[in-house]
Amino acid sequence: MSEVYVTGIDVGSTYTKCIIVDENSQVIGRGLVKSAYRFAKAIEESYAQSLSDANLQREQVCYVAATGYGRFMVPFRDIQLTELTCHAWAAHHLFSSTRVILDIGGQDIKAIKIDANGKVRAFRLNDKCAAGTGAFLERIARYLDKTTDDIARMAQAAHQPVPISSTCAVFAESEVINQLSTGVSAEDIMAGAILSLAQRAVNLMRPVGLEPDHTLTGGMTKNAFMIRSLEKELEGNLNIPPDGLGHLSGALGAALMGLRRLKKLHEENERN
Amino acid sequence: MAGMLFQEEYVAGVDVGSTQAKAVILNEAGEITGRGLGDVKGNVSQAAREVFDMALINASLREDDIAYVIGTGYGRFRIAFGDAQITEISCHTRGARHLFPNTRTVIDIGGQDTKAIRTGRDGNVLDFTMNDKCSAGTGRFLGAAAMVLEIPLPELGPLALASQNPVKITTTCTVFAESEIISYVAKGKKTEDILMGMHESIAQRTISLAQRVGIEDELTFTGGVSRNPCMVKLLEQFLGMKLNVSSESQYIGAIGAALFALERIGGHVSEKGMNA
Repeated sequence: MSEVYVTGIDVGSTYTKCIIVDENSQVIGRGLVKSAYRFAKAIEESYAQSLSDANLQREQVCYVAATGYGRFMVPFRDIQLTELTCHAWAAHHLFSSTRVILDIGGQDIKAIKIDANGKVRAFRLNDKCAAGTGAFLERIARYLDKTTDDIARMAQAAHQPVPISSTCAVFAESEVINQLSTGVSAEDIMAGAILSLAQRAVNLMRPVGLEPDHTLTGGMTKNAFMIRSLEKELEGNLNIPPDGLGHLSGALGAALMGLRRLKKLHEENERN
Repeated sequence: MAGMLFQEEYVAGVDVGSTQAKAVILNEAGEITGRGLGDVKGNVSQAAREVFDMALINASLREDDIAYVIGTGYGRFRIAFGDAQITEISCHTRGARHLFPNTRTVIDIGGQDTKAIRTGRDGNVLDFTMNDKCSAGTGRFLGAAAMVLEIPLPELGPLALASQNPVKITTTCTVFAESEIISYVAKGKKTEDILMGMHESIAQRTISLAQRVGIEDELTFTGGVSRNPCMVKLLEQFLGMKLNVSSESQYIGAIGAALFALERIGGHVSEKGMNA
């Protein structure tokens, strides 16, 4: 086996993420592009980003594993895997003591229970309603005339977070208007929204059990206030993927699963 | 000189909803003499004041001329000038029965909630249900379409009626439906077909809500969304029955509140007393 490179690509509703690993499971390239409903474009761009990041040519990649909502739209995939499997595998790889994974995505939220071997044992998923997903915060940010990049910084600057009582992300906007009109600061509103989201997330985790360790994946891993709020709700620590890999966990899991599969295929070939 | 002898009395009903505030002024005969309508933006109390002032100007009256004011709707406790508050369930029923005396079911689709009310023969509320936790199936669902497609709200219904091939909206959540609309636009679907899909989704959700209280003839459709011809057509088509829709339908909560106010000052209104 010459140099082996495997790509994992996670086509999410909000972002398309790409990871390239070498045969030692080391991450050597990454890509991140907004999906914006142009999936074909986002897939191409994120893949190109990760190739140039890894300093590789397309031909050098031996195997491509696709996951996420748009995994069937990746024309050059060798295999497709569910997000649950990929998030589980990434979390297990990064923190082998992980038992419950919380993944907060742009349009869904997942709680996944895994065993000591990284196998999925149970899961809970909310993809029917924006409450409890990244979209909840995104809308509030939009309403406050901010972008998603401002969310974490705003929450850090809060003095007295005001929780949001509406479940519905759309109704939460009206609540935000009322709060603004009574003089509550945008920072306190944002921090309150994050607290509400953290509660909802932990409530989703409860049915699969709260056995430690807990690992957080998804874009929220960049948000320190969110992490603290979740830890407070959980009354325990959260593992956070190092090196900015949190947002790319699905892609990382896909790449690692792809690598494992490729190695198996090689072994089978050699045996024959 | 008669005016000196019989000082006319007036009452007002103010319905402060989540999206719009409405006010009506009635004379002793129960006739509408003034109307006010405005958006509730940041300040609920101020919106109530504005529509009340608007109705006063419209009726050529001063605040002193109004004997009694009843507030209703989500913001009813924030109406500074109100004499009393009554729930929107009671006021909608009262208003609907006044305009259509044989009303047995009221469906109200407002900006942030959808209600279904079943009333008895004598107009008392027998049962009601409402969706106010989730914006799916409320006016906000259409508001989302209006925003994403950049079409003014009043044009949505007429546009949707031109649809030949409606899309199927598969998401429940308003937020996700916005994304679904964008994806349909990206796929080149026609605006009217997307809009018709949105209307069908609300109509179906509304009917399953109403079925929980039981749907009985006659059905009166109220609230801002009852102004939408496509929604009226779809509800009639899916339910297989004719709906009562008044040109005053947006004001029905306020009318109901004003009628209660009239009762409080000892007035009596016959069901034919109003120019509907």
